[in-house]
Amino acid sequence: MSDQDVAPVPERDLGEISSPHHHETVAPGVPVRDVTDGGPEMVQFLDADGKRVSRGNCEPYEPILEGLDPETMRSLYRDLVLVRRVDAEGHALQRQGELGLWPSLLGQEAAQVGAGRAMSTQDYAFPGYREHGVAWCKGVPPLNLLGMFRGVNHGGWDSNANNFHLYTIVIGNQMLHATGYAMGVQRDGAVGTGDPSRDTAVMAFTGDGGTAQGDYNEALVFASVAHAPVVFFVQNNQWAISEPNERQFRVPPYQRAKGFGFPGVRVDGNDVLAVYAVTKHALDEARSGQGPTLIEAFTYRMGAHTTSDDPTKYRVSAEVDLWREKDPIKRMRSHLEREGIADPAFFDGIDAEADALAAEIRTGCQNMPDPELPTMFDKVYAEQHPVIDRERAELIAYHAGFEEGN
Amino acid sequence: MAGQKLTLAKGLNAGLRAAMEKDAKVVLMGEDIGKLGGVFRITEGLQKDFGEERVIDTPLAEAGILGTAVGLALRGYRPVVEIQFDGFIYPAFDQIISQVSKMHSRSLGYLKVPMVIRVPFGGGIGAVEHHSESNEAYFAHTAGLRVVSCSNPEDAYWMIQQAIECDDPVMFYEPKRRYHERAEVEIDDAAGAPRGLHEAQVLREGTDVTLIAYGPMVKTCMEAAGAAADEGRSLEVIDLRSLSPLDLDTVTASAEKTGRVVVVHEASTFLGMGAEIAAEIQQKCFYHLEAPVLRVGGYNIPYPPSRFEEEFLPNLDRVLDGVDKALAY
Ligand SMILES: Cc1ncc(C[n+]2csc(CCOP(=O)(O)OP(=O)(O)O)c2C)c(N)n1
Ligand SMILES: [Mg+2]
Repeated sequence: MSDQDVAPVPERDLGEISSPHHHETVAPGVPVRDVTDGGPEMVQFLDADGKRVSRGNCEPYEPILEGLDPETMRSLYRDLVLVRRVDAEGHALQRQGELGLWPSLLGQEAAQVGAGRAMSTQDYAFPGYREHGVAWCKGVPPLNLLGMFRGVNHGGWDSNANNFHLYTIVIGNQMLHATGYAMGVQRDGAVGTGDPSRDTAVMAFTGDGGTAQGDYNEALVFASVAHAPVVFFVQNNQWAISEPNERQFRVPPYQRAKGFGFPGVRVDGNDVLAVYAVTKHALDEARSGQGPTLIEAFTYRMGAHTTSDDPTKYRVSAEVDLWREKDPIKRMRSHLEREGIADPAFFDGIDAEADALAAEIRTGCQNMPDPELPTMFDKVYAEQHPVIDRERAELIAYHAGFEEGN
Repeated sequence: MAGQKLTLAKGLNAGLRAAMEKDAKVVLMGEDIGKLGGVFRITEGLQKDFGEERVIDTPLAEAGILGTAVGLALRGYRPVVEIQFDGFIYPAFDQIISQVSKMHSRSLGYLKVPMVIRVPFGGGIGAVEHHSESNEAYFAHTAGLRVVSCSNPEDAYWMIQQAIECDDPVMFYEPKRRYHERAEVEIDDAAGAPRGLHEAQVLREGTDVTLIAYGPMVKTCMEAAGAAADEGRSLEVIDLRSLSPLDLDTVTASAEKTGRVVVVHEASTFLGMGAEIAAEIQQKCFYHLEAPVLRVGGYNIPYPPSRFEEEFLPNLDRVLDGVDKALAY
């Protein structure tokens, strides 16, 4: 079939989602879209220059922002810088052959730190595979994340230690787990008691591509029907490997939430204050028994999909340049400087702290031992299993045979 | 393409191109198969040359991909679906088992769903979890599906075209760790495919023990046969090529000749392809056997973290250990 055989799809009024388009590849009839413009509804409190603004549907969140003291503002900045450094180190370790793969969060620091910091200790996170920043905010030691990318385990940390579940690589799976976990929270009576140390919410993380997956959509249905205390956090970084938003949806995730029966909010994902406030609000509602919320953090994947990817095959560098202007760390730093909340000594101190953290991760990774061979049979089952026992014994005997020289 | 060196990946790419040129109903579907050419570049250049209508970058949803492929097939198209990695086929499992495999029989033959489901499979690439699985037996277990696996560039070129021409759904297992291995090929398009899609091939003749493998393990077995020859042992190597149906004539002829068979695959041995092959051989060749049919395969654990994979996967030593055991009877 040639292009001429395909009748163009007539333009229809698709309301608010029509706006100028940026990508060249687009299905017939899909309205063009500016990939850097989150639209008039997007909540923003810091503009690209770090100036305090009130844009989009920001009203409900203003009071949360007003309550932020300078100390908290500085610590948000600190987390942004440290998280970027953790990520840079992960990337470098992959390049040096210490890790097999690294999915970089570069550009998404504010989305992740804003979300992670809004969570209470008892709130539980279900991440994808890129949520190193959320992990950091939940207190997960960065070295824990490195094991699976080094190939020594499949995650292997105790999720309950920090209420941060294992990374989930199969797109969408974790959205249902989060919803089910939230249903358990309901059954435990840990919602709407008014006790801030008891009431619990759950957060589920995925990307723009993830919103196409069946599991994602089923999770939203289940959460809605159960009125579960779960917040769905979609980092729309504009790309699912090589596929732009146009390949995944015509109506953006935040607008689709309404169709599932709960509110959706688009927030500037490069504005840590906005993300923090919007997430805090949604979590408060979930904990108090108001049900789910969907947050779409409008952001950008500055790097490759992973260290295995070559983005020059499918996107133009001009697009990356536009987003570099919106850098989340630069923005927060300007804000702190502008407001006189932090001085040069503070920034120098954070940079020094980042250097130390990077060094610690590097040596920790390099010294991470290879696991003992027979341990690959451990923990497959919670109880003893005859096939496992036999094969473990066979493996040990096989290797002993080599040592005896036969 | 005579006397030229080709990688397995390029063989597939050329085969897909040939099939698309031959039949305008062939459409490719999958994640990132357009501009990127797929994460393994198997579809490189095809969207540019055949357009977005025929090379579809789908939304990220495997059940969606397979379900819509069924619809396209019902409408007369021949979808060739790329599953990005073996471990991501499971969202589509329902469509494949409940609909793809049964459509022809439940319509009493009125309906056909000719499609090819390409699965880059197996380990050995140091990947994170879900990227190294060998799940062929789930599908070989399911009536209504044909399951094949290529092991070299020439077969890649021909088998993908034969699979696309087949009126039944075909699961097409591609040994991802061999994608970039080259081989000299003699491709004569006028003469057509040198053998049928479901024929096994004896790659090396021998008299002492038969090694049966498919996909990534074929090369390992050929190397094992070479090493064994240095020690004066004559191994026959069969590239199975088709997992369902099995070419039992080729298999049993060899089993009767050597009397000793070792089946090698990456997949866990429990209810793997080796179990079925062993059952058939012992039933058909009982009086010719000098040893029980043995299996060398993955252990019966989830595919382990990559630092373990060299030990998990059958390698030269483990295959030769299997040969020793077969000869010890
Ligand atoms: C079920 C499934 N199919 C395919 C993949 C391969 N894959 C890994 S990441 C990815 C794109 C994800 O995009 P998005 O949801 O936007 O998240 P991002 O990587 O941008 O953070 C794909 C297709 C997968 N991990 N799981
Ligand atoms: Mg994305």
